[in-house]
Amino acid sequence: MSALSDEEPPGGVFVHPDPGKAGDTQVVAQLENVSRVYSMGAEDVHALDDLSFSFGSGEYWAVMGSSGSGKSTLLNILGCIDRPTAGEYRVRGQAVSDLDDDQLSEMRGKELGFIFQSYNLIPQLNVLENILMPVLYQENPEEGIEERGKLLAERVGLGDRLMHRPTELSGGQQQRVAIARSLINDPALILADEATGNLDSKTAEEILKLFDELHAEGKTILIVTHEPKVGERADRILRLKDGAIEAVEDNRR
Amino acid sequence: MRAVRLGVSSLLLHKLRSFLTTLGVLFGVSSVIAMLAIAEGASVEAQEQIRQLGSSNVILRSVKPPEDKVSNQESRVLSYGLTHEDHARVAETYPGVKDVVAILEVPEEVRSGSFSCRPRVMCVDPSYREVTGRIMMEGRFLSARDGQATASVCVLGYEVARYLFPFKAAIGERIKIGAEYFQIVGVMYPRVPIGSIKRDPGTEVGGEVFVPLRTGQSLFGERQVKIRSGGMDAQEVQLHEIIIAVELDQNVPMIANASRLMLTQSHREKDYEVIVPLELLLRAEETKRIFSIVLASIAGISLLVGGIGIMNVMLATVTERTREIGIRRALGAKRHHIVTQFLVETVVLSGCGGVAGVVLGLIIPQIVEAAGDMRTIVTIEAPVLAFGISVATGVIFGLYPAWRAATMDPVEALRHE
Repeated sequence: MSALSDEEPPGGVFVHPDPGKAGDTQVVAQLENVSRVYSMGAEDVHALDDLSFSFGSGEYWAVMGSSGSGKSTLLNILGCIDRPTAGEYRVRGQAVSDLDDDQLSEMRGKELGFIFQSYNLIPQLNVLENILMPVLYQENPEEGIEERGKLLAERVGLGDRLMHRPTELSGGQQQRVAIARSLINDPALILADEATGNLDSKTAEEILKLFDELHAEGKTILIVTHEPKVGERADRILRLKDGAIEAVEDNRR
Repeated sequence: MRAVRLGVSSLLLHKLRSFLTTLGVLFGVSSVIAMLAIAEGASVEAQEQIRQLGSSNVILRSVKPPEDKVSNQESRVLSYGLTHEDHARVAETYPGVKDVVAILEVPEEVRSGSFSCRPRVMCVDPSYREVTGRIMMEGRFLSARDGQATASVCVLGYEVARYLFPFKAAIGERIKIGAEYFQIVGVMYPRVPIGSIKRDPGTEVGGEVFVPLRTGQSLFGERQVKIRSGGMDAQEVQLHEIIIAVELDQNVPMIANASRLMLTQSHREKDYEVIVPLELLLRAEETKRIFSIVLASIAGISLLVGGIGIMNVMLATVTERTREIGIRRALGAKRHHIVTQFLVETVVLSGCGGVAGVVLGLIIPQIVEAAGDMRTIVTIEAPVLAFGISVATGVIFGLYPAWRAATMDPVEALRHE
């Protein structure tokens, strides 16, 4: 895969006429006429306006748009830490509006993996504990989960740093821990919010390579970014403007 | 267990702050334990002093009337106090009385060789020992035969015996009381040491010497002359004390009231007092109850202050760790997980303070006892209660910060810098 090279022409612009059929695979996350309205005093701000879209299993998406386009709001709703004010969001067919706070938390822990711009590791925990943290909140953690945590640490190249604290790691290493953490419960959808925003280009490239590998393994990934270079690495790009879909692009050869 | 470890590691991030918070609880708990120990010690001491008087006894005692009345009297010899008539009336007419002991005190010096001292010389009935519950160390107490025979025998209190005969046994020796010789037939244990009032048997009136009542009456008489600066002071007292031993404790108030009534009628002046140890005991218990309530309030306030300290720190911690809360929520933590996390931290804080407070609270009474000459008693309840309250304080004052943490909007919390 060489999507990063500049001579490669961008994928053909392709707007899905029918939401819910973004790909020919199984749907992981589905938005149906989703709106998110913030009331700012007397005025209502439509961060997302009647948005309908579907993300299929195994797909690698980049959500792009200028600031204020609604991409953060979309990420929050996809990540189940925010609810739409209108419309319906489904994760693997389960409507989020039917869930109470506890069930929503469970959904986040089981089905979603978060990767943040500023890594967001817990400073008082070491690498392995950070990776295993989402397991802490699972009702019935599977057996040998600790082994899995170690394997994941090795997988992201930190097998020899299990007992280190986040402050003892470089930014790139911290982000690798965060990626391992997002994978620990084998989620249906991995959400990355400007995951390379705080990293230099070389480290960013390493992280993006890791995403490529995860995608190759069949993980469903959605990255939010404003950097075209990062967005081009994804198979498909969803461009937002003023809370609505501006364009859907397919980068695949 | 994992949660506790996590809580501890979070607390260790701010060692000084956690330590200072713990101090609040520590001092609260230790002061509660120490105060209760001192209060309990004082109370037990008071009760012991009262019990020595005999809780089933009623004591009638002669009291010198106030001076202004005395000066009006024409007679040079001041006559006051309980009379033989009082004694006879009590002994013969009161029902349910086990024993009546009459006591006459004589202000005589006691000497043996070159040693001399001024203990209380008491002329008593033989049943004195039994009624007051005193215990013999050596020899015997005065017997009824001693009284009938007006024998010149005496029993020494331990302090007097030790002072007069520091190197040999006192029994069988002779001592001089006033101008009369007496043979020692027994030595009696001292009263249960009261506090740690240090006694010096030589110069101060320390200890007691017992002589048969009739012997004393015939040898020393009832008229006592004290030589004072500026002249002589004579007074006549028939009996100094009458101890009424009541058979049943429940009859004590009745006998006490009867005695009061009888004495009011037969005495023109109030030259007597009626002491009822049982009443004193009840009063001491009431005092202790009030004392305990006051202490409990102080304890409550100090722990309240400690609790507010905990709440203050936890609120600061929650604000500081808003982002961490957001992360945890995003990664699947439910509200109750967050509540538990912060509650564990407050309970660890207050628990540590509680344990340290208990340790300090057990040490303080030892120091007080050694340095302040005060008796202290640490009951098992005090540390348990104080520790329990400290942990409860942690839970109560930790609930609100924990609840605030748990109800944060994850989106807002993640955005927090």
